[in-house]
Amino acid sequence: MTSLPLADLAELFLRFLMLSLLSIGGAMSTAPEMHRYLVVDRGWMNDADFTTAIALAQAAPGPNVLFVPVLGFQVAGVAGAAAALIGILLPSTLLSLGVSRWGSRRRDTPGVRAFTAGLAPVTVGLVFATGWLLSLPFVGEPAHRLGALALIVATMATTLKTRLAPIWMIAVGAVAGILGWV
Amino acid sequence: MNSAAQARLSPRSPFDLFIAFTVLALQGFGGVLAVAQRELVDRRRWMTREEFVDAYSVAQLLPGPNVVNLSLMLGDRFFGWRGALAAVGGMLFAPLVLVLVLAASYNQLASFPAVAGALRGMGAVASGLILAMALKMLGTLRRNPLGPWLCALLGLTTLVAVTVFRVPLAWVVIGLGLAGWCLARWCIARQDGGQ
Repeated sequence: MTSLPLADLAELFLRFLMLSLLSIGGAMSTAPEMHRYLVVDRGWMNDADFTTAIALAQAAPGPNVLFVPVLGFQVAGVAGAAAALIGILLPSTLLSLGVSRWGSRRRDTPGVRAFTAGLAPVTVGLVFATGWLLSLPFVGEPAHRLGALALIVATMATTLKTRLAPIWMIAVGAVAGILGWV
Repeated sequence: MNSAAQARLSPRSPFDLFIAFTVLALQGFGGVLAVAQRELVDRRRWMTREEFVDAYSVAQLLPGPNVVNLSLMLGDRFFGWRGALAAVGGMLFAPLVLVLVLAASYNQLASFPAVAGALRGMGAVASGLILAMALKMLGTLRRNPLGPWLCALLGLTTLVAVTVFRVPLAWVVIGLGLAGWCLARWCIARQDGGQ
């Protein structure tokens, strides 16, 4: 397990605090930004580790936001996991508590309706971007491009057309990976 | 809310909430939302179906993981901040321990090609699940007051800004979000005026 100097750990914590307030539509919409920070800018982890963190969190039970502490864990062990999780949750949680107490009774005013309506397409665009960036390391590797593409398309079709629980698709992915198809 | 309160039951204590959310979270492979709906609404009757939908739309609008925000609101309603803490703690604690144990053993197991292969396959499926979720979210835009062309413009600009130009998320959300808000205000005003 790698460990980071305290100053870097503090910077990671601050960075995730900031991302928290931007994570409209879920923590997954900040994944491209985390990738930029952890992989491209700081070089604390590589592409494969980044995608592994997300795959682990998807495979394990619980909210998908748990990919965030796994990223922290891979960078700096348990301290990193704590910094990442508390960072990504604290501001959004306090804000949500405040807003939900302030009341949902203003939901029908034009200003609030415009807020939902205006942000919705941006959120959808961000989720597409996340899926795109996550599939790149698999689709970008020529040796396994076809297998990965087939798996991704099959997953999408199954999700859209059936009510099968994702755990079964992830199991199929694991088997395909063990057999060397991906 | 008053008529709904009759059919609604309540957790006995914050600890009761913590246990309920732990049980719920541990069942949630690949997403907790569907399990949350079944446990909280159908089985425990702590929320009505309508309350669940309302809470989820607010949770979706706010930054932060939707299911965490949802737990927070439900816990807060019953026991104030203690309930909020219990619900969020239950949602996160057990799955967190589990996923960190997995991550730690992965670092030791990664030398086995089968494990590395399995995770590559799981990663590809994970990216497919997210793309499918994005496609499903497209459907919710159908009733958006912005209309299809402005929605497509905003969504595609976001996609290109993030994937091609790697614009930092803050600028995307602030810049395009503000543009979306102004456009939506204009569209809503025009529709309300036109009726």
